[in-house]
Amino acid sequence: MIALLGKLFSHPLGQFAAKGKTFLLPAEKSTLAPGIDALFYFCYWISIFFFLLILGLLVGFLVKYRRRPGHEAQETIHHSTPLELVWSVIPLILMIAIFVMGFRGFLDLHTPPDNCYEIQANGQKWSWTFTYPNGYSDSELHAPVDVPVKLTLSSQDVIHSLYVPDFRIKRDVVPGRYTIAWFQATESGESPLYCAEYCGTGHSEMNTKVVIHEPGEFEKWLEKASDFIKTMPPEEAGKLVYQKRGCAQCHSIDGSPGIAPTFKGLFGKQEHLQSGTRTVDENYVRESILQPTAEVVVGFDPVMPTFQGRIKDPEIEVLISYLKTLK
Amino acid sequence: MTTAETAAAPPAASAHGHAHGEHSPHLAHHFDTPEQQFDSGKLGMWLFLATEVLLFGGLFCAYTVYRAMHPEIFHWGHQFLDVKLGGTNTIVLICSSLTMAWAVRCAQLGQTRNVIIGLVLTLMCACGFMGIKYVEYSHKIHMGLMWGTNFDPHLEHGAHSQGGAVAHAPAAAHPLEATPPAEVSTTKLPTSNPVTHPAKGETTVAAAAPATLVNEPATSATAKPGQPPHAETPVAGAKAASGAVVPATTAATDSRTTLADAGVAPVGLAPPGAQAHEVPRPKNAQIFFGIYFAMTGLHGFHVLAGMIAITWLLIRTKRGDFSPEYFTPVDLVGLYWHIVDLIWIFLFPLLYLID
Amino acid sequence: MTSPHAAVGTKPVREIGAPPAELNYLNVTHGIRSWLLTLDHKRIGVMYLVSTLSAFLLGGIFALLVRTEHLTAGKTIMGADFYNQSFTLHGAIMVFLFIIPSIPAAFGNFVLPIMLGAKDVAFPRLNLMSYYLWVTGALCAVISIATGGVDTGWTFYAPYSTSTSTSVIPMAMGVFILGFSSIFTGLNFIVTIHKLRPPGMTWFRMPLFLWAIYGTAILQVLATPVLGITVALLMVERAFGVGIFDPALGGDPVLFQHFFWFYSHPAVYIMILPAMGIISELVATFSHKHIFSYKFIAFSSIAIAILSFLVWGHHMFTSGQSALLGMIFSFITMLVAVPSAIKVFNWITTMYKGSVDLKTPMWYALIFIWVFSIGGLTGVFLGAMSIDVHLHDTYFVVAHFHYVMFGGTVMALLGGLHYWWPKMFGRMYNERISRVATTLVFIGFNLTFFTQFIMGSRGMPRRYFYYPEVYTPWHVASTIGSYIMASGFFLTAGYMIHSLFKGKKAPMNPWGGATLEWRCASPPPVENFATPPTVGDPYDFHQVEYDPESGSWRHKAIAT
Repeated sequence: MIALLGKLFSHPLGQFAAKGKTFLLPAEKSTLAPGIDALFYFCYWISIFFFLLILGLLVGFLVKYRRRPGHEAQETIHHSTPLELVWSVIPLILMIAIFVMGFRGFLDLHTPPDNCYEIQANGQKWSWTFTYPNGYSDSELHAPVDVPVKLTLSSQDVIHSLYVPDFRIKRDVVPGRYTIAWFQATESGESPLYCAEYCGTGHSEMNTKVVIHEPGEFEKWLEKASDFIKTMPPEEAGKLVYQKRGCAQCHSIDGSPGIAPTFKGLFGKQEHLQSGTRTVDENYVRESILQPTAEVVVGFDPVMPTFQGRIKDPEIEVLISYLKTLK
Repeated sequence: MTTAETAAAPPAASAHGHAHGEHSPHLAHHFDTPEQQFDSGKLGMWLFLATEVLLFGGLFCAYTVYRAMHPEIFHWGHQFLDVKLGGTNTIVLICSSLTMAWAVRCAQLGQTRNVIIGLVLTLMCACGFMGIKYVEYSHKIHMGLMWGTNFDPHLEHGAHSQGGAVAHAPAAAHPLEATPPAEVSTTKLPTSNPVTHPAKGETTVAAAAPATLVNEPATSATAKPGQPPHAETPVAGAKAASGAVVPATTAATDSRTTLADAGVAPVGLAPPGAQAHEVPRPKNAQIFFGIYFAMTGLHGFHVLAGMIAITWLLIRTKRGDFSPEYFTPVDLVGLYWHIVDLIWIFLFPLLYLID
Repeated sequence: MTSPHAAVGTKPVREIGAPPAELNYLNVTHGIRSWLLTLDHKRIGVMYLVSTLSAFLLGGIFALLVRTEHLTAGKTIMGADFYNQSFTLHGAIMVFLFIIPSIPAAFGNFVLPIMLGAKDVAFPRLNLMSYYLWVTGALCAVISIATGGVDTGWTFYAPYSTSTSTSVIPMAMGVFILGFSSIFTGLNFIVTIHKLRPPGMTWFRMPLFLWAIYGTAILQVLATPVLGITVALLMVERAFGVGIFDPALGGDPVLFQHFFWFYSHPAVYIMILPAMGIISELVATFSHKHIFSYKFIAFSSIAIAILSFLVWGHHMFTSGQSALLGMIFSFITMLVAVPSAIKVFNWITTMYKGSVDLKTPMWYALIFIWVFSIGGLTGVFLGAMSIDVHLHDTYFVVAHFHYVMFGGTVMALLGGLHYWWPKMFGRMYNERISRVATTLVFIGFNLTFFTQFIMGSRGMPRRYFYYPEVYTPWHVASTIGSYIMASGFFLTAGYMIHSLFKGKKAPMNPWGGATLEWRCASPPPVENFATPPTVGDPYDFHQVEYDPESGSWRHKAIAT
């Protein structure tokens, strides 16, 4: 039914760029996007129709019946039940139709198929972490094309929302519970991923991307990425950890100030904490990651979420190696 | 409504010196008849009572939601409420409604002395209610049965709670407890949320003892990641230990031994604990007391407001303001008082009589 | 408190002799105390008008700051934290200090008793107290701004709102107090309409503005207490850590959303119903024709009021509520669209075969119909669950609600302001300049917000400080629109204030209205009517005829 509507009501431009962007909507890159877009354009054309009708009558009447000498208001009926029924019932039928289609599309969005590839997605202020079945965590969402992917969403702190416009999916990420989203990408490439629930200072920087791989490429990517600690020199691996675990969102490496202290020249310095001074050594770094609000640097707020339970000690070790290189 | 001479200020009921023989000095000038004025006042008060019902409605809704989702919390929590005291309060309030209704009737009949007696009795009942409330509240506060982070039950006299007690630690943050494997259920996570109030020195934060990690969980938790460690472990000084203590004292030595392995998740705020009581304490038991204090507190506030209104009525009655022609304020405060009573009649079984 | 000219003794209370010429509610007493302690509904209405329009100015300044920041995709004139505060304060001030109170408290207070034929509202002292509650709420908001502001968004979602370090508690207290101002106003209006109707003023002889105010008042009384308990719990949670919304303490953040929207959805109907009431008056008067289908319009106001309580979950389709619950909300949302559509068609039909006079109030009424239709139609997109998943929390939503709240309520407010201005202040404004301002507002408004629909459906999330560069042209267009619109408002303020001093004296009935307020002097005397008017059909324009000599319309065959 929705597919039929899709054929009837897609925007003309949409027919040309069936998979590409239309003027009003982003590219359709998931299996559910065309159905949703079809309903969108159904509403769109109904809106255009009624708007032109209202506008036309309005302009027509104000021109034809404008007040001028010799032109009096004429007596008409004050009420007409048939007319009332017509313009109540027709919109009502249209509204119900839209409701039914919308509800069915919603159920599709919320019913992942049985054989999904599962990825954990964790939101925090202000970054995303995607954990793959082999335990590897990354800041980008990678997935194979033409495979249904189920995301189990959780939050570290406040409510966020995972939004991928190209896939037409959005789901709030609520602390204290798990929520589910799923998609099946229909073409390879990259798409932006946004946080869509206001969460503070870095809300608009909490963006990452979705990378959809051609068949066979995803597994290769995952294998290579997961092994980075073993295969790369510690300093480079540490740099990857810095980028992929969300540290880069708040800690700069070039000395520029931000929400959090810069890492440049951090290792080995005497840091001024709210409770005194300490030398930044391996223990300090480890503790800052696992109990970040225990000691807070003067001039900063205790907003860093803890990574206790979410990071492994080898990752911390390579990160420390990397920090040592940032003079 | 004003003339060039008088300021627009004075209330309609007083301060006009001319003789309008037909109408009571209490008839405001925008009303045509005393009946219209009385009817308007009545309707206004009923509307106000509707708003009160909706105000409490939100709390009743919260109660319903939490009880539906976590009945065990309510079954555990209510045993600390004294049914005798609550029942006494219920009877006290019902009596006060009776005396109030009687006062209204006497005002209607012009029996000023009886009105005063009725109002005084009502006030005394209200004082009794608040007194019993005070006893109940102070008992709970003493036992540490309070809301949120103040929940710190010492159920044996003098002894501190066994395990999982809330440490008043400065802001240690807590992630999701379970590292989520693929078969995770969609039920709620046990805990989370590094809620901090950085500007305040006081903590209102979920700071369950990272200090508990000091001992047992490093071993037991590795076996079952995601399960809160059994809180029987005598975490000595867990309550007193603050998260900040750990680094400062051990900084000189290898602090890695004091923090658990990075991959191990910490304990949540209120892990279950076996108690001497017959009902084991469920997780997040403090929710019951949060709701209890919110509902009874808001109700108590309304009782106090009612007491002020009744006192005002007493003053006016003594002044001779009321008569069979005009007793509207007594009637309207009576209505308010009945609603306050009615709300308690719902609160009592919902909180005290859970079985 | 009667005029010294009144005969005492046998006359009924309401029969009062004509006051001396030139003595009206504005100049009958002087001095600031006579205003601050007034019980006259007209003076209270004027105070509300000045106060709410001042709030509009403050909220508008924050809006211009936000739009100016968006001229570039990166940082333009402020940092992220200040930006977050700006959009929060813009929303909170506009919603709680301006839109919700303005039409009922300013125009409702002034016009309702006169339109009804009553001498005042049922509880004048409560009315004054409502005003002072508004002032107190405004002070709390100012205190909040001065002590660190708020950065939670006007929706205060937990747990961000329970954990942020900004000054949430004073703002929440302000909202709580403003809620009671709203409740008492609604309570007053309900009792007034029920109990103070003079003989002859039956329910179905009431002008439609009063039906609209009545529906609004029901919402104010029944919905606002839930907001009260919600912000009270928020304050208590922040102050004492009660833990009802904080998941770390066992609470449920989605419960906050349910509580918040249970009020805030009816709130948007509190905003739009009075506006629709004004439009009914404007369209009828300036078409000089009986309103079409009076009963349907009246009942649709009540239907909207009732249905509005049942749709709050359509703000929460992505938040984790069950699909079944969402389905119910979506279905009823679709239903609530129908009464609004009925009103639009009835207004247009009123113009058919009428005599349409395109004065400024009518321009605003026509703009309302255009703009509200767009706003309402885009609401349909959002009510459809699957589409909402894509559009929720994007600029599409921002555009939708600005079209209905701003394009709807504010345009109607401006129309009402221009319509009742001569009555309230006894002066005419300059019609030619007012049309220039109207044009600026119309063009500016559409440029500002139509671009936002497109941005939103293309994926631009809302409440974003930084935005992807690809959206820059849309944002720039939107910002330019906002400046055009602002210039229209400043121009309006200019010529309106100018008219107070230099405007032509207004006749009793400059527009040919048939409702009761056009049968008392402009401005009205303190007691509203010299002699009580006879009540007829409020839309029977045969009763009025134009008198070229006095430049005014008047009722035919009236003794006085």
